[in-house]
Parts: sequence; structure tokens; C-alpha cells
Amino acid sequence: MTILVQSPGIFTTVQDLGRPGYGVQGVSRAGAADPLALRIGNRLLGNRDNAAALEMTLLGGTFAFPVGARIALTGGRPEGLAAYEVIDVRAGGTVRVGPLESGARCYLCVRGGIDVPLVGGSASTHVLSGLGGGPVKKGDVLSIGMAANQLSGRGVPGELTTYRASLRVTRGPQARQFGERVFYESEYMVSTDSNRMGLRLEGPAIPCPQHGQMITEGVPLGAIQIPASGQPIILFVDQQTTGGYPKIANVITADIPSTAQLRPRDRIRFQLVTNDEALAALRRQEELICRL
Amino acid sequence: MFRYASDQSLFLDRAPGDTNLEALARIPGVVNLHPAYQSTLIVFDPLVTTHEAVQLLAEEATSSMAAPHSRHEIPIHYDGPDLEVVARLHGMPAENVIALHAGAEYRVAFLGFVPGFAYLSGLPAALHTPRLATPRKVVPAGSLGIAGDQTGVYPLSTPGGWQLIGRTTVELFNAVNTPMSLLQPGDLVRFIPV
Repeated sequence: MTILVQSPGIFTTVQDLGRPGYGVQGVSRAGAADPLALRIGNRLLGNRDNAAALEMTLLGGTFAFPVGARIALTGGRPEGLAAYEVIDVRAGGTVRVGPLESGARCYLCVRGGIDVPLVGGSASTHVLSGLGGGPVKKGDVLSIGMAANQLSGRGVPGELTTYRASLRVTRGPQARQFGERVFYESEYMVSTDSNRMGLRLEGPAIPCPQHGQMITEGVPLGAIQIPASGQPIILFVDQQTTGGYPKIANVITADIPSTAQLRPRDRIRFQLVTNDEALAALRRQEELICRL
Repeated sequence: MFRYASDQSLFLDRAPGDTNLEALARIPGVVNLHPAYQSTLIVFDPLVTTHEAVQLLAEEATSSMAAPHSRHEIPIHYDGPDLEVVARLHGMPAENVIALHAGAEYRVAFLGFVPGFAYLSGLPAALHTPRLATPRKVVPAGSLGIAGDQTGVYPLSTPGGWQLIGRTTVELFNAVNTPMSLLQPGDLVRFIPV
């Protein structure tokens, strides 16, 4: 079984849950920007959580299924197509995913998963290094693998398909250097210059008197660093592994999916939470997904 | 010795050279390590373990171990776009910049920033140089740069703010190799002018 890429859309890559363990080589984890959407799609289809899917950005592609397939579209909502449910594609059928009407990233999950050669144990494309094959192109033929389980048959609760415009964060390791009030009281706009490496934000500059005093250190996923311009950058799934800019805050793991679904020019705010609150949100998400 | 980083990570504030990274990586629930000069970011699955549990085990897993290291000689064309600027900045002819840079032996402190980028320590003090005021949007793969007291070769074409003094054709990163990066932490490096 295969998928023929008739048109890839703006920017489409194969992603699973990523390639952890290569940080010592300077390679970040990569993987689905919205791992929640990927896992939901996989569970609906009876796949392993880590099965690979197509991650489409803002504008999806057109895909032909010569022998048919069962698919699910999750994450960002494509215009005119059912999301979060299993769609039967007949033999010779075509799925055309147009512009997303909400969200930035839509996953085309397929029963059996997309079967591409693994690099470092993962199918994920790491865009900067080209690990994992790079963006899919017109004419690519992608193999479909074998499903592990029965179709789930359960509905997806709205709580798992609703994304937040206010990102919850914990305090960053250099938070004390900053005028944090500006950061928490202001609205920031997502710049068009945002991608899987990082989201650049535009808004009131954050004052940082001690700039340039920091020794390079590791940066976690979701770290919000403040360069000299005072405009925040959220480091994302294809992030650099280390950096020398101070970090004011860090997006909580439960809100990484919401970060993935931010579109250029979206306006966001930051809400400070404790580590316990961050963990509670993550456990709640996990509890809901485990019921699927 | 430990600092909170995020709900799924913490810093161990100890130089990676004095840290048993393999032991850290084996701690249950630990999924990734991002070493740097004076610290290692330990990333874990917060549904599997906690900051406290990782700290407890990381404390015991940090017994110092002399890492085996290799020596590398990397041929360099010292003709980078910033070579003359660097020479003027230090009030010396470009030949002296080259002689000083190629005369030193460097140690890989850690790999970071982007895949295969080795941060090299040991740059002679006479060559310590500020970063570019405005980083380049694209630095070609193989470019040799200096910044502050550091030097290193860009393994991939990426943005970058280091002053470029040369280039090499040696491949520093390839995902099909094991390990993926030519230079490994603790390795010793010399640059050979060609």
C-alpha cells in the first residue's frame, strides 16, 4: 500500500514522536510539532502512538491512494474535510487537503503508519540537518505499514482538540534578569518568520539589563529566550540544542501542541504556572488520550 | 549543583568533561542530554519520573571518568571573508592570524547549537574576537569561525554570528555515520593550512 504525493502543500514532512537521545551530537529531537494530534490520529486508526504521519503546514497537499486506505486528519482543521474521525479512502481515491481554517499544522495519519527508513530510530525529518529525508515532494511515493491494533471507535473529547491562545509557562532559568511584568502583561504576535526551529514573537520589548553575560548552556523544548532586541523567541521541535541567550520562561509540555498550532500573526499571551500545575495539565491530557 | 529548567528538564551544573554522560543517559525516564561548557541539560519524561528522582540518580551517576579521545587534523583554506577584519582588529597581518590559529591545539568542549557543531576551546588569547554585530543569515557548511574565546567549524549551512576566517571540505556530520559527528567531546583538534 502506498501514498502518491501529487502536490505536497506548502511544507509537509514525515513525523513520528521524534528522535530523542542525540542531543550530545547537537541534534534536537524533532518529531511532530503537535504530538497530541499525532497520537490521537494514530489511536483512532489502531496504530502505535509513534507511527509516522504527514505533518502539513497551513496549506495541505493532494495525495492519491492507489489501493485505498483508512486515514484521519487531526490537529489544524482543513476546510471542508472531517477532522478527528476515520475516513475510508477507496482504491484510486484522492485526498485534497486545502488551506487550514484553524491551526497551523494538520496531520494526515494513515492506518498502518507511513513506513519510511528510520534514522536513529525515527522516521522524523529534522529540517536543518535533513535527517530523515526532508520535506516531501511532488511525485514521492510513501509506503504504508502494518497497523498494530483495531480501530479505536471512540470519539475524541473536545478538550483534546481545543488549543489555547494563552500559553502556560514556568519560570525560566534566567527569569530574574528580566523585567518580567512586561512579558506577562503584554500581548505578542507570532511573526511570519517562524518555523519548526522556533517561533519569533513581536511585541513590547522585554528589558534585560544584564545582556550578554551568559555562558552558553543547553536549551529545553519550549524555552523562551530573549535576544538583545527584547523580542521573545520560543525554541521549538527542530531547535538548536544549546544557546547563549537568557531564558525568561518555558512553555509547559502540555501546551507544546497549542504552540504548534499558532499561525503567523496570531496574538498570544503568557500565563505563569507552577511545576505542579504544569504536571497536572500534562497528566490530565494523558488520561484523556489513554481512553481513546 | 542542579537548576530547574522546565517541567521536563533540569540543569546539572558540572562540566560535561567531569560528568559520566553515559550513566546520565541510562537514568530511568531520561530521554536526552544537551551538554554545554559548564552544564548538561537533562531532559526526561515527566510522566515517568520527577526532577527530584532524576537529581538523586544524577548525583550518583556523575563520577568523573576520563573519556577516551581521538586526535584530528583538519585541512583549512584560511581565506574566510572576515580574515582581514580579524587581522586589523588585532593589529597583525593575516599571516599571523593563520599562524596563531593553526599553531594551537584545541579540545572539543561539547557538540551543540546544530548537529555536529563542535565548540572548541583553546583559542589563543591574541585571537579572542567579538561576534559579528549582525549574524549572517547563511554561513556555508565547512566555514571556520571564531567568536570570543571559541573556535569551530559550521558542519551545515546555517545562520551564524561567528567571524569566518577559513573553510574546510571535511565532512563533519553525516547521519549514516556512527557516531553522526566526526568530532566528539574530549577530542583534540589541529587545523592544517592548505
